[in-house]
Amino acid sequence: MLYREAGQFKSTYAADSAILPIRQDRIGLALILIVAFVVVPLTASPYLFSALLIPCLILALAALGLNLLTGYAGQLSLGTAAFMAVGAFMSYNFILRIPGIPLLLAFAGGGVTAAAVGILFGLPSLRIRGFYLAVATLAAQFFILWCLTKVGWFTNYNPSGVITAQPMVILGYAFDTPQEKYLLVLSIVTVMALAAKNMVRGNIGRQWMAIRDMDVAAEVIGIRPMRAKLLAFAVSSFYCGVAGALFAYAYLGTVEPEAYNLDLSFRILFMIIIGGVGTVLGAFLGSAFIVLLPIALNIGVAFLDNTLHLNVPTSVGSNLELMVFGGLIIFFLIVEPHGLARIWQITKEKLRLWPFPY
Amino acid sequence: MQFFFEVLIGGLLSGVMYSLVALGFVLIYKASGVFNFAQGSLVFFAALTFVGLMERGLPFGFALLVTLLAMILLGLLIERFVLRPLVNQPQISLFMATIGLSFLIEGLAQLLWGANVRGLDIGIQDEPLAWIAEPTGINVSKFDLAAAGIAAVLVTMLALFFSRTRIGRALRAVADDHQAALAVGIPLQQIWAIVWAVAGFVALVAGLLWGARNGVQFALTFVALKALPVLILGGFDSIPGAIVGGLIIGATEKLAEVYLGPFVGGGIEGWFPYVLALVFLLVRPEGLFGEKIIRRI
Amino acid sequence: MKWFLQALIGMLLAGVASIATAQNEQFIPVLSYRIGPYAAGGSGYFGGAIDYWTLVNLNGGINGVKIVWEECETEYNASRGVECYERLKTRHGGASTVEPLSTGIAYGLFERVANDKIPMTTNGYGLAIAADGRVFPWVFPLGTTYWDQAAAMIAYLGQKAGGEANLKGKKIVFMYHDSAYGKEPIPVFDALSARDGFELTKIPLTPPATTQESQWLQVRQLKPDYVILWGYGVMNPVALKTAAKLGYPRDHILGVWWAASEEDVIPAGDAAKGYVAAAFSAHGTNFPVMQEIVKKVYGGGKGNLEDKARIGSIYHTRGITYAIMITEAIRQAQNHFGKGKVMSPEQVRWGLEHLDLSEARLKELGASGLFPPVKTSCSDHEGSGMVKFEQWDGKEFKSLTPFMAGDRALTKKMVEEGAAKYAGEKKITPRDCSKEG
Repeated sequence: MLYREAGQFKSTYAADSAILPIRQDRIGLALILIVAFVVVPLTASPYLFSALLIPCLILALAALGLNLLTGYAGQLSLGTAAFMAVGAFMSYNFILRIPGIPLLLAFAGGGVTAAAVGILFGLPSLRIRGFYLAVATLAAQFFILWCLTKVGWFTNYNPSGVITAQPMVILGYAFDTPQEKYLLVLSIVTVMALAAKNMVRGNIGRQWMAIRDMDVAAEVIGIRPMRAKLLAFAVSSFYCGVAGALFAYAYLGTVEPEAYNLDLSFRILFMIIIGGVGTVLGAFLGSAFIVLLPIALNIGVAFLDNTLHLNVPTSVGSNLELMVFGGLIIFFLIVEPHGLARIWQITKEKLRLWPFPY
Repeated sequence: MQFFFEVLIGGLLSGVMYSLVALGFVLIYKASGVFNFAQGSLVFFAALTFVGLMERGLPFGFALLVTLLAMILLGLLIERFVLRPLVNQPQISLFMATIGLSFLIEGLAQLLWGANVRGLDIGIQDEPLAWIAEPTGINVSKFDLAAAGIAAVLVTMLALFFSRTRIGRALRAVADDHQAALAVGIPLQQIWAIVWAVAGFVALVAGLLWGARNGVQFALTFVALKALPVLILGGFDSIPGAIVGGLIIGATEKLAEVYLGPFVGGGIEGWFPYVLALVFLLVRPEGLFGEKIIRRI
Repeated sequence: MKWFLQALIGMLLAGVASIATAQNEQFIPVLSYRIGPYAAGGSGYFGGAIDYWTLVNLNGGINGVKIVWEECETEYNASRGVECYERLKTRHGGASTVEPLSTGIAYGLFERVANDKIPMTTNGYGLAIAADGRVFPWVFPLGTTYWDQAAAMIAYLGQKAGGEANLKGKKIVFMYHDSAYGKEPIPVFDALSARDGFELTKIPLTPPATTQESQWLQVRQLKPDYVILWGYGVMNPVALKTAAKLGYPRDHILGVWWAASEEDVIPAGDAAKGYVAAAFSAHGTNFPVMQEIVKKVYGGGKGNLEDKARIGSIYHTRGITYAIMITEAIRQAQNHFGKGKVMSPEQVRWGLEHLDLSEARLKELGASGLFPPVKTSCSDHEGSGMVKFEQWDGKEFKSLTPFMAGDRALTKKMVEEGAAKYAGEKKITPRDCSKEG
């Protein structure tokens, strides 16, 4: 490699247990953060913000939540979008009914409610496992959406059932341009990702991984499965709830149940599988992949149409997009079942030995 | 009372339709441990191919045969190119692969045959049977009874296939323990190919019946979502479970919508089967007839 | 492989067209959906719009300005629709107007179009209170809103009963798609039920509603005089078949116009015969403009529909209706701001607000009878409010009534109240129409 990672010794326990023990990793992350916080807001176009970066970050947060539940704790869940919906609707209601509530507190409130709902629907996990649990979480998905549509209190008895999200205001400063929304979302996501990384490094994370790998053995050595599993559901739903609130406030602008349908749950599951189950980085990589791929395919087909003047009938183009999307998912699963995060890990290891063979 | 029976019978018969789709899931899960989410798109593909061929002018029987061959071919291709490379991966990866596969098949079906909505007529009318309706006032549709009959024949055929033929025994051996089956000399790849072909056939039957009922359009893929609670209730790997589960889900879903629905504003049909299956699972975590998973440390 | 031939022809023609200048172009992004459960409707509607604009370009454009469009697949999904809108709104010199044909996407775009100052049309769907242009300057529910359709439906049923007063004591069941779309007309039905004295029962259908025995058994128990079906997608043919199965006469079922196309009745086969449905436009190829499209557009190989049998189908003519309205709005804007110039989105908005498609003008366009005259204004972004009713006879929809309207005074009052409430909540100051030109 061009630089050497060896030769960095630690002399305190604190230094040894840092998240990024290698200096180059720290420099790398610092660069990424500078690009994300400073360079991008100055250079990117509004389209890039509002259509690509913001949904990417928000869905990465939701994927992070699901990764904590499925990747670290091993509980397969297909109800992610429903927990996001709970977060969104409850944030709306908190802001509506408690005048003057700080915005972040309202989002946290939405997250906490989603966590409570998550615990409720996570109770079956104490008895059911595997695909049975996945299909049982579908009960959460359908029931919660029905509840939000039927019970008028959630939508403030609005006759059409679709409510516009209130503008986001913190301490009198309104976040209404795409740049500002992007920075707000980025800050929230960074803080929560840091929290997640620390959680999985600590006692909780180890308990979850023990439950995932062999839960009977985990119980034998003294880990309480009920606490660990329900805590996994709670934390995961909290993340999904906050992501759902951001999805409504910073991206769509409306709070409606149909935006949180089963399709979204599957997309988030795709993100963690393709990104890498059981890794924090995987949530971000997977989110970028799944958000950008349909757009890239759409632009690709449009390119074939405009530049090469191939005049592909649009229905053919749309169906090809769908087929390529499905095909790429299968391809990725065959080529690298541990996801993009593993590919990144292998790349780093290869680069360490470069120019020698891996 | 008569109304109650009508709802019950209507529910049982629509439950049979759900079981038809669930059968495809069960077959594949039983033999290869893969939860094939693409079953819904296979149903759609089969129905669309059949209708497309009929539109091109092929007679009924011939179109049926060609569609059957197409489904078998599709099953073989799926086994060879999607499942074989993923053979030892965790179940979740296989599940996601089948979801990707479902997109692929949906796109392919609409690419080949277009997005038009078509009707499908298999010769049985969806009308009440007069000889039941007149004395009792209960409307039982000819079509639903025919579907129930076809499902019964299908299940009997499959049961005989599994218990009497050599291939059926091999399938059961593979479902029980892959390693042991290999050790005894059963060709695993061939068995999986056969299973996917049979699942394709089941998808064709389900596709024809659902297509005749609702029209052949993209929404056919959603019937897979209705089959999932049936699978939980009956157990993922049990054929009688698929039938019994289907009957229970169909009946309770309709009864709940009619009798409980008005108290909560209606529309509970969407989640009620799932919640019911969930409650059931708390008592029997592997479903009614599912194989008990014994885990050892 | 038909499209391969089209591709060859397309390449030849595109080669010629690419020489033309790009400046004199009016860009309209097309947020279409050609895959997914609503693909049949989407491909027909947007195909029709593109066919009409192709015709306009072949006839020299709008005073020499050609219309250029670009499609983006939204899959009827709100976030994809938003992404498509954001991607296309700056291309080709800027979008002049947008029509997503989806309630979810339209709601997602409400605030964006107001910020970007691009007028959005919600042709035949969407938020009914947006008809009040004083509170919603950038949204145009052109044609007829759901509230006016609901009022017209009751007026039609009243007609059948010999007068709206005769509806007293009758039972009407409202079977609706359990979503914002299905719940939209409920306030009008409630108001008319209170006024006319008929009993209204609401039965929701959870999408996709592939089996509806429970709902129709409830209908059988209630024995209503009429059932109003407000569905979308596969639930429509399933409703008709289930009604047939359980013996409810289909000529007593009245459908909303999104449950009233060939795609909704053909899968139901014979069960659909006699079904009555609403429409905001006529269909068929008998109109001069349709004949022109067949001759010039499809004759020249530039037609958008792959299946020529669908020319003149209901979704196809709806798309053409929308395209005619937009083209005339742009023309109206050009008459005011300068003929032969490309119109900015604000100018197109002016045109949409001063649209005056009279019967005479429709005749000139060859669309007389295709849809009713449309006249918008600052306070009325709807323009027409008329509905006609047709009956399916097994082969096609036959017209039962001419274009008629329901109690528009009532709906106008409700629209203004709803818009005022919305303005109060969002702290929007309504525009003063008398002060604007």
